[in-house]
Amino acid sequence: MPLPSASAMLTIGPTHYLLASAILFVIGLIGIMTRRNVIMILLCIEIMFNAANLAFITYARAWHDLGGQITVFFIIIVAAAEVTVGLAIAVLLSRQLKTLNADEIRLLKW
Amino acid sequence: MTEAVFFYLFTIPMMAAALSVVFNRRPIYSVLSLLVVMFCLASLFIMLGAYFVAALQVLLYAGAVLVLFLFVVMLLNLEPDNLARMRLSTLRGIGTIAAAFLLFHLVRILTAPAASGIAATARPGADGTVENIGRALFTTYVLPFELISFLILAAIIGAVTLSKQQSDR
Amino acid sequence: MVDVSPAPLCSWLILFAPLCAAILILLFGIHRRSLSAILAIAGLSTAFVCTAQLFLQTLNGQLVLPLELSVSWIAIPGLSIPFGILIDQLSLLMTLVVTGVGSAIFIYSVGYMAEEQAYSRYFGMLSLFAFSMLTIVLSNNWIQLFIGWELVGFSSYMLIGHWYAKPAAADAGKKAFMVNRVADFGFMLGILALWAISSPLASERTFHFQTLQDRLPGLVSAGLVSAPALTLIGLLIFCGPIGKSAQFPLHVWLPDAMEGPTPVSALIHAATMVAAGVYLLCRSFWLFEGLPTVLTTIMWVGGVTAFLAACLAMVENDLKRILAYSTLSQLGYMVMALGLGGRVAGMYHLTTHAFFKALLFLAAGSVIHGTHEQNIWKLGGLWRSMRWTSVTFLIGSLALCGFPGLSGFFSKDEILVLAHEENAALYWIGTLTAGMTAFYIARAWFVAFTGKSHGHAHESPPVMLMPLFLLAGLSIVGGYLEIPHFLGQHEGEFHAGVAATSLVVVGLGLCLAWLIYGKRVVSAQQVVHALALPYSFVARRYYIDEFYNWYVATIQQKLIAGLCAWVERYIIIGIAVNGIAWLTRGLGLILRRAQTGKVQTYALAFLLGVVCLLSVLRR
Repeated sequence: MPLPSASAMLTIGPTHYLLASAILFVIGLIGIMTRRNVIMILLCIEIMFNAANLAFITYARAWHDLGGQITVFFIIIVAAAEVTVGLAIAVLLSRQLKTLNADEIRLLKW
Repeated sequence: MTEAVFFYLFTIPMMAAALSVVFNRRPIYSVLSLLVVMFCLASLFIMLGAYFVAALQVLLYAGAVLVLFLFVVMLLNLEPDNLARMRLSTLRGIGTIAAAFLLFHLVRILTAPAASGIAATARPGADGTVENIGRALFTTYVLPFELISFLILAAIIGAVTLSKQQSDR
Repeated sequence: MVDVSPAPLCSWLILFAPLCAAILILLFGIHRRSLSAILAIAGLSTAFVCTAQLFLQTLNGQLVLPLELSVSWIAIPGLSIPFGILIDQLSLLMTLVVTGVGSAIFIYSVGYMAEEQAYSRYFGMLSLFAFSMLTIVLSNNWIQLFIGWELVGFSSYMLIGHWYAKPAAADAGKKAFMVNRVADFGFMLGILALWAISSPLASERTFHFQTLQDRLPGLVSAGLVSAPALTLIGLLIFCGPIGKSAQFPLHVWLPDAMEGPTPVSALIHAATMVAAGVYLLCRSFWLFEGLPTVLTTIMWVGGVTAFLAACLAMVENDLKRILAYSTLSQLGYMVMALGLGGRVAGMYHLTTHAFFKALLFLAAGSVIHGTHEQNIWKLGGLWRSMRWTSVTFLIGSLALCGFPGLSGFFSKDEILVLAHEENAALYWIGTLTAGMTAFYIARAWFVAFTGKSHGHAHESPPVMLMPLFLLAGLSIVGGYLEIPHFLGQHEGEFHAGVAATSLVVVGLGLCLAWLIYGKRVVSAQQVVHALALPYSFVARRYYIDEFYNWYVATIQQKLIAGLCAWVERYIIIGIAVNGIAWLTRGLGLILRRAQTGKVQTYALAFLLGVVCLLSVLRR
């Protein structure tokens, strides 16, 4: 893939925002793979949500459709609800299993 | 030109902060780095004409969700994650490499010529002002809007139930 | 499908009456002694009556031979095997012998086995044997014949090992079966090879005798079958008679088979089963006719067997063993006759031999029944105490020698005349063997029936004596029944020179035996000392048994069986079976790593899936 030219780098189009969204998404993904603390994993999930939001907004702008922004509205609310319940579960986990290390939480294996 | 400056001005710290979220050893710093990411993102939203959403981002996401995270981090008294001790176990190594591949593919898809049919002209009525969003919410998207209140209710009930002390003393 | 007019019905009954008897004995006859005996005798007698009926019809001209009845048994594309009956002069004669002599022996068994425990099993196996033997005789195709062949082998095994608790009997049964198995392997290869060449088209290949006989000249002239191939097939098919008719070198089972009850020895190992090989050679003579190599092999194998067996008989001390070697020798004569090209001579001698050899065995059985002793040196003076038995034994012995006027004389002379015309060496061997025959049977007679009596003996009951008389009568008049004429030979040749020479030789043998064992003029011990080395060699039966034992123990078991065991243990079990288990376990161990129970692992799995999809969907 050839390196982008100077003009391509300076003229900002939707592609730039989408690339930023992609990079952010992958960073969040690496965080999920790598972090050992459950709370930190939840945090990295938030990064991925935000990357998706950026993509939606970009396309909303590109296609002149407000649906993208409405979607982001709902995503933010849903993310808030999810974090609420998720953190409550994480707190419970720390109480029950006395650990928040993702390597030690292996209840999914019977 | 201006747009480029602002774009890079907001994007680069955002990336740095994101990396800090992922690779920082101390949880509190990760949460605070995420705060920086949120703000940068809000700025980008404004650049893209989503004013209401940007405000929501700051209010809800940065203001509520992150505060919740902060409280939990403080409550659970998390120790710093020993990244140095974090040996690159097979799964994590493969995960990183796979994520790199994913990035490669995403970049390939996004920079493909067919994707460049997206125009960037502004049109009135498509601005993300409060008025426009409000109109859309209460006309076209009223059903999801009402349903989401149920979701919030469920989340509240869930959080309350889960946090109840197990033994009733 | 099945024709129920007289001749076909009779034909099917011949085959299936003994089988029904065997099945009924199996179902209802255990512990019911009289019922088993009645069923067995009824079965075989029915077969005999039907055969006699067909025979008379043939003589009248009412029945035109050959009569063939056949149903299609297996008919799939490329393989068609009929199940059928072929009645022609050859099979009719043989069937008469089998059913007639067999019925006599069945009746004899009632008396001989009267004190026997496993009475019903005995008669059941005898009936099964009768059915199997008749399957061989009446078969119209190779597969049916082979089935009967194996079944008689099985019946023989069961009957030899009738007293299976006795180790010698059990071993003898095993030996008989295994030696036959070796021979039948070659036989089966020959049958399959014959089937394979019977037509270039796979769908037209056949096992049927008549079809093959008709096709063979065409195949040879068209060049589809080469002479060496046909020679090989001939030799392979000859392997069957080598085993079943106990020719050299597979003769070792027949003397041991004397462990069975004497009526069994009479029926199976004298009159019928061992003759099945000769019958087969007659039946498939069209195959051997144009193959000089095969015929030479056959005649020399026969001649050598005749000579060697006669030597062995001369030094034997057990009455039944003497008769067994005598059977071997006479079978050698028959096979030699066939090798020389004399179908009729071979069958003629087979018939007369059936009469007098069965007679000799039954008489020996009578002796054993009366004295409980088999060693000839422990017998003696039976002429006085068992008159009828002695008379019949004498008649049988004279017939065996070829005493002029008795049946054996005519049939043996036919063979010697044939040898005289074809092969001088074999003629002299045959004549010499005739002399030795006279010597050994006279030896047995003089030692066992004359002289001083060593023990107690009583005459046998009438149920055992009647068959003896019948067979004695047949041995006497057998030469006048015009058997060769029935078989299709038009002119009975009478060669004065051959007849005279054979009489002289026989007389010499008888005189020698009389001198040594009758008059005791020449001491037997001195003769034995004089010929010490050859005597010991022959007495140990040429060390053939030792050689076979060594071969089986050393080469077969250690090398071949050992190799097979090694392959089985390390390659088949080790690699294939255990290897697959190890592979599965190993794969399982590896794949188990994916199930960690950790959320991050499963998230990684999702990611990998998405990446793979993206890689594949290139657009």
